[in-house]
Amino acid sequence: MSRKQIHFGAHFPGVNNTTVWSDPQAGSQTDFASFVHFAQNAERGLMDFVFLAEGLRLREHRGVIHDLDVVGRPDTFTVLNAIAAVTTHLGLAGTINTTFNEPYELAKQFASLDHLSGGRAAWNMVTTSDAFTGENFRRGGFLDRAHRYERAAEVVAVTRSLWDSRGEPVEHHGRQFDVSGRFPLPPGPQGHPVLIQAGDSAEGRDFAAATADAIFTLHGTLEAGQAFYADVKGRLPRHGRSEQDLKVLPGVTFVLGDTDAEAQDTADHIRRQQVSPPTAIAFLEQIWGRDLSGYDPDGPLPDVEPDVDNVSITLGRVRHAKDPRAVAQEWRDFAAAGGGLSIRQIVIEKTGRQSFIGSPKTVADQMDLFVQSNACDGFILVPHLTPGGLDRFVTDVVPELQDRGSYRTAYPGPTLRDHLGLRHPHAPLTAQESA
Amino acid sequence: MSPFTEARMHLAVELKGAGRHPAAAQWAGLDPASLLTPQHYVSLTRAAARRGLDLALFPDTFVAGEPVLDAVAIAARVAPVVPGIGLVPTATVTHTEPFHLSKAIATLDIVSGGQAGWEPTVSRTPAEAALFGRKPAAAPDVLWREAADTVDVVVRLWDSWDDDAVIRDAATGRYVDRDKLHYVDFTGEFFSVKGPSITPRPPQGHPLVVLRADEPEALPVAARWADVVRIAAPDLDAAGVARERVRAAVAGAGRDPDDVTVLLDVEVHLAADAHRARADVAELDARAALEPSSVRVTGTATDLADLLGRAVRLGAADGVTFVPLVLPADLGAIADQAVPLLAGRGLFRTGRSGGSLRSRFGLGRPVNSFAPSTVGGAQS
Repeated sequence: MSRKQIHFGAHFPGVNNTTVWSDPQAGSQTDFASFVHFAQNAERGLMDFVFLAEGLRLREHRGVIHDLDVVGRPDTFTVLNAIAAVTTHLGLAGTINTTFNEPYELAKQFASLDHLSGGRAAWNMVTTSDAFTGENFRRGGFLDRAHRYERAAEVVAVTRSLWDSRGEPVEHHGRQFDVSGRFPLPPGPQGHPVLIQAGDSAEGRDFAAATADAIFTLHGTLEAGQAFYADVKGRLPRHGRSEQDLKVLPGVTFVLGDTDAEAQDTADHIRRQQVSPPTAIAFLEQIWGRDLSGYDPDGPLPDVEPDVDNVSITLGRVRHAKDPRAVAQEWRDFAAAGGGLSIRQIVIEKTGRQSFIGSPKTVADQMDLFVQSNACDGFILVPHLTPGGLDRFVTDVVPELQDRGSYRTAYPGPTLRDHLGLRHPHAPLTAQESA
Repeated sequence: MSPFTEARMHLAVELKGAGRHPAAAQWAGLDPASLLTPQHYVSLTRAAARRGLDLALFPDTFVAGEPVLDAVAIAARVAPVVPGIGLVPTATVTHTEPFHLSKAIATLDIVSGGQAGWEPTVSRTPAEAALFGRKPAAAPDVLWREAADTVDVVVRLWDSWDDDAVIRDAATGRYVDRDKLHYVDFTGEFFSVKGPSITPRPPQGHPLVVLRADEPEALPVAARWADVVRIAAPDLDAAGVARERVRAAVAGAGRDPDDVTVLLDVEVHLAADAHRARADVAELDARAALEPSSVRVTGTATDLADLLGRAVRLGAADGVTFVPLVLPADLGAIADQAVPLLAGRGLFRTGRSGGSLRSRFGLGRPVNSFAPSTVGGAQS
């Protein structure tokens, strides 16, 4: 093969301010028709998989349910099984939490998805240490942060031994789980569903290098991507694995236009949609840890300092790890350098994650550059509109990449492991299964 | 309601792998791998839908035995491609999370366009408990008290979003009206759940609740929560007694018995003549014996239609759940021969009925239990 091939995951728009609901083209986040439209477009674009995120408690801000962003999601497994009915090749990736599920049930659910989809299941494994979410579950409480990877590793070990058991009894006794008994299903067409892992700490990178098939990252620049890529791929040999065994897939946004200038105008418009005036204040409150509802979003930053003790003003979302006072100073410096930017202007500039902006040709060039120069193996695309956010990418960018020889013109096989170029290391396909 | 009046007789069918009989796949020469494909379940459900059956029931269990796919997964896989029939997976509640179950069934209702139900059941054995390693097996009274709490919290979670909670109000920048989202704040003997659900209220409001009421500990749960009650009985007289017992319990729980449909399990193996059918079952039992779990018809499609006719006269049930011993063969005979006979005798409506699954059982869309009118003016 001449050129390195690009892989794409299609992230169904999430429940945060990246997803624009105020646009006239914004449809339902929960109607099945939206999932059908989105998934069928991803498949039209020969993408590797559709990706569903998950959050198991509605976010709260200042003690009440956050009401400014899209909210509400169907059940991950149920939607993926239903999408399997309206697609033929597209991989089906679901984010499923190991803290609030038991491995035996997860093993059965993922094996069922893999059987019922003909080998297209993928698991984005997350493990939280979140007492807030725990209030919705029997387990309640939370997992000590230090035990997150211990639990994740045990879940992988137990589920894989169940998938491989072929009717033989399984016994597992570990610090997190005691599981014994028989598993009711033979291995699915993929043997093991594709395992996706997100996590940037050294521990997270090692866990991915040891066990995952793909890693979902957030490294934005070419240089940061290259450093990350070299680091995680370099960890693989220690676990007896090769470079092909772990795909590095950063989550990225994109904005397209007929020209680069038009795309930039659209991108600016989208940022204003993503950061409404009340959303700007809510972001500011997350940094400041204070009620700032009295401030004018079009006015200057507050003079008061962040309340560094109030770290839980927003619950149910991934937190920024930085020191709030340092962030506040950075934002003040940025506002001054910009000639006195407003709160909303600053939030638009400082919280944006627009990765690729330009004409289809420009975006294809940039993406191809990232992949060919080993900053990643592909991307998980995060569109800002439901359900049509992928449509133009599929129509206009995919052919550009195909013209460059960097993207497939047909699916290489029936299973997601085939699409991703992964081996079936633990349970090779039988002739019948691959037929 | 009087049982088996023309418009009200309800027919369900259990779609379990190769059928209820454990030797069915081997006897019929089915490739076991075919039972794990979506095509198998799509084709069975389509056959049932084509003749207007009300419910396809997908059993599930954590008891070791024949291969069994997750039943909610099967129903979800079938839903987008087989319209017009209720899809009712079994969901075992003893070792699973009520929060996950609630959104899974709500989502089945979304992807099926309002055709979802569920059949909660319990896990009894130490072997099932050992698969989870969280708690020991428990006695039936404990199991069913927990099941009742589970159904309760699942329904509350369905109601935790008002139907009009999403407002998309550009003027204030609000996507959702948080006053229309409700903490369920459930605290019981077995678990607590804060809420609200992450999934909006399903299209039917409350997907259909199907419960068995064979054992005394299950009866009060069915009386309080079931829209459809499944019973098993050795004969039609016993079925009539069981039906009356269910109706009395429903009334005792403060509900109208006519809002609850009692379905009698009828095991079925059909052949061209009764001799052949009995010989088949003898061959099946020689491979692996299966004691009848309820009324069984081993005979012809006419025999089956006759039994249902007798059931009508005796008031033995409001309908039946066909339990085919061999799939897909027995479903084919039921759908293509027995159901047309029933329709011809005026015992079953002809053609499909549209609308939601609840509407097919004469049930309206329930008022949200968090709606202001039902919380006694407690709203601010």
